[in-house]
Amino acid sequence: MNRQQFSRRDLLKLGAAGAAVSSLAACATMGGSKGKVVVIGGGYGGATAAKYTRLWSDGGIDVTMVEPEAAFVSCPLSNLVLGGSKTLADLTVPYTGLAKYGVRVVRDTATAVDTAKKQVRLASGATLDYDRLVVSPGVDFLWDNVRGMSAAAAEQIPHAWKAGPQTVLLRRQLEAMADGGVVVMSHPLAPYRCPPGPYERACQIAFYLKSRKPKSKLIMLDANPDYVSKKPLFSRVFAEDYKGIVEYRVNSAVSEVDVAGKTLVLELGDRIKGDVLNLIPPQRAANIARDAGLITANNRWCEVNWTTMESIKVPGVHVLGDATLSAPAMPKSGHMANQHGKAAAAAIVELLNGRTPMPPTMANTCYSFIDDRNAVHVASVHRWVPEKKTLEGVAGSVGISSQDRPSWALEGQYALGWAQTIWADMLA
Amino acid sequence: MNNKLTASIAALACVMSTPAAAQGIDANQARYIAANCANCHGTTGKSSGAMPSLSGQSKVYLLEQMRAFRDGKRTATIMHQIAKGYTDAQIDAVAEHFSRQPK
Repeated sequence: MNRQQFSRRDLLKLGAAGAAVSSLAACATMGGSKGKVVVIGGGYGGATAAKYTRLWSDGGIDVTMVEPEAAFVSCPLSNLVLGGSKTLADLTVPYTGLAKYGVRVVRDTATAVDTAKKQVRLASGATLDYDRLVVSPGVDFLWDNVRGMSAAAAEQIPHAWKAGPQTVLLRRQLEAMADGGVVVMSHPLAPYRCPPGPYERACQIAFYLKSRKPKSKLIMLDANPDYVSKKPLFSRVFAEDYKGIVEYRVNSAVSEVDVAGKTLVLELGDRIKGDVLNLIPPQRAANIARDAGLITANNRWCEVNWTTMESIKVPGVHVLGDATLSAPAMPKSGHMANQHGKAAAAAIVELLNGRTPMPPTMANTCYSFIDDRNAVHVASVHRWVPEKKTLEGVAGSVGISSQDRPSWALEGQYALGWAQTIWADMLA
Repeated sequence: MNNKLTASIAALACVMSTPAAAQGIDANQARYIAANCANCHGTTGKSSGAMPSLSGQSKVYLLEQMRAFRDGKRTATIMHQIAKGYTDAQIDAVAEHFSRQPK
C-alpha cells in the first residue's frame, strides 16, 4: 500500500504507533517545510539526529543524511569480534529503517562545506543546501604524531579503532599467531574515542589467548599515567582473570613504529617487539570538521554551545559526538553521541519553529565486556549548569559497577540489550 | 501522628506530586527528557533487551520505581545512579510521557 492509498479507516486500523509514523509521511507530502537539515555522518550521533529531527518536527523538517557506508557498523561491541564471541555481521545494521521516518539517506561522502552559502559538496559533485547542518563525523588519526605510522602502515599494524575491515584484520592476525606469541597494544593519552575501550580490548584479546593460545601474552602500553576508566574493575580483572597473560604498563606512549621489524618504540627509547601489534593512534575531530573550520580547541576538537550543540565558531552548524571538545567528565562514547543527536534535534526543531531551545540533560552508559558474557559499566547523568555554560555530572549519578561479580553476568545481558535497543533507537 | 504514618503520607505526596506541566516542563521538554531513557528502554519505551519496557506503565508505578532506585530501596546494577540524575519535575514529566505511550 503506498501513501496515497491511505484512507482514514486504514489509519485508524493501524493503531496509535503506526499512525504516528504514517502521519509523519503524510506531513512530508503536504508541503509547508519548516526548513532543510543536512546531517553529515550516519553514526551514533548523526543517525539519531536525523531520525529525531523528523520525529519531533512531525515530519515538518526535511532531513538528508550523508553517509558513505552502506550500513552502520557499531564500534561498541566490536572488541568482542577480537575476543571471538561476535562477528562483524552481528554489529551491522542497515540504514533502510530511517526511510519510514522520511529521512533521505544519500550514500556519498561530504567533501566540503561552504558555510557562507550554506551548502555541502559531495564526492559525486552534487551539492546539498541546508538551513541547519549537523556534523557528526567521528575522529581521524594524527598519524604524524607516531613516526613510521600512516593509513598504509595500518594495513599491517591495525588500529581497529573504527569498526569494519580493520577489526577483521586484527582478528585474523590474532588467529594466525602461534601459541606462545606476544601481542602488543598501545593507546594514546586521553582524550580519545571510548575511554574504557582499550581496557575492554585488552580483556577481549586476553580472553581469546587464555582460551585458545594459553602460552601467549599481551603487553598493554598505556600512554596515560594510570587507567583512564573503570580502574577498580579492570585492574581486578587483569589481576584475577588474566594473571600471567596481561602485562599492563603505564606512561608508555609510543613515538615510533618499525613496521618491518614489528616493533613499537616508546618515547624514552624502549623497543617492544610483538608478533601482533595494535596501535591506536592519537585522534582529532575528523577531516570534514577541520575543513569546515569547526575545530577550535588544540587543533583537535570542536567546541559547541551545549544548549544547541551549535559550533561556537560557525553559526547554523551543529557538531556531535567524538568530534566535540567534551564537557567535564563527559566521555567520547556512542551512547553520548546519541544523546548529543537528540539535544541537537530538539534544538533544531525549536529554532526552526521560532522558539527558544530548552536546557539539555544527557545520560551516558558505557558497558565493557571482560570476557564473552560478563560486563561492567560506567554511567552518569549530565545537567546544564547555566552559570558555567556547560554540562556537569550530577552528584550520585556518576559511577561504575559494584565489585559484586555475579552482577556482572546480569550486566552482560543488559549490555547486549543496550546494543540492540540503541541501534533501534537510531535506525529502526 | 506517628513517624511511620508521616513518612507514608510524605511518600504519597511525592508520588502524587504536581504534574510536570505546572512545574514548567512542557510536552516538548518531556519527550526530550524521555529520550534520555530511550537508548536503553527504546524510542517509545519498548526495550529490545532484558531492560524493562516503560511504555504504557502507570505513571504512579514509574514514579515509585524511580524513587525506589534513587533512595536505594530497589537494588539495581545501574538505575540507582541514573535515578539520581534528574529533578523531581523531570522524573514526573518522563513518567507521564511513558505512561501515555502505547504498550
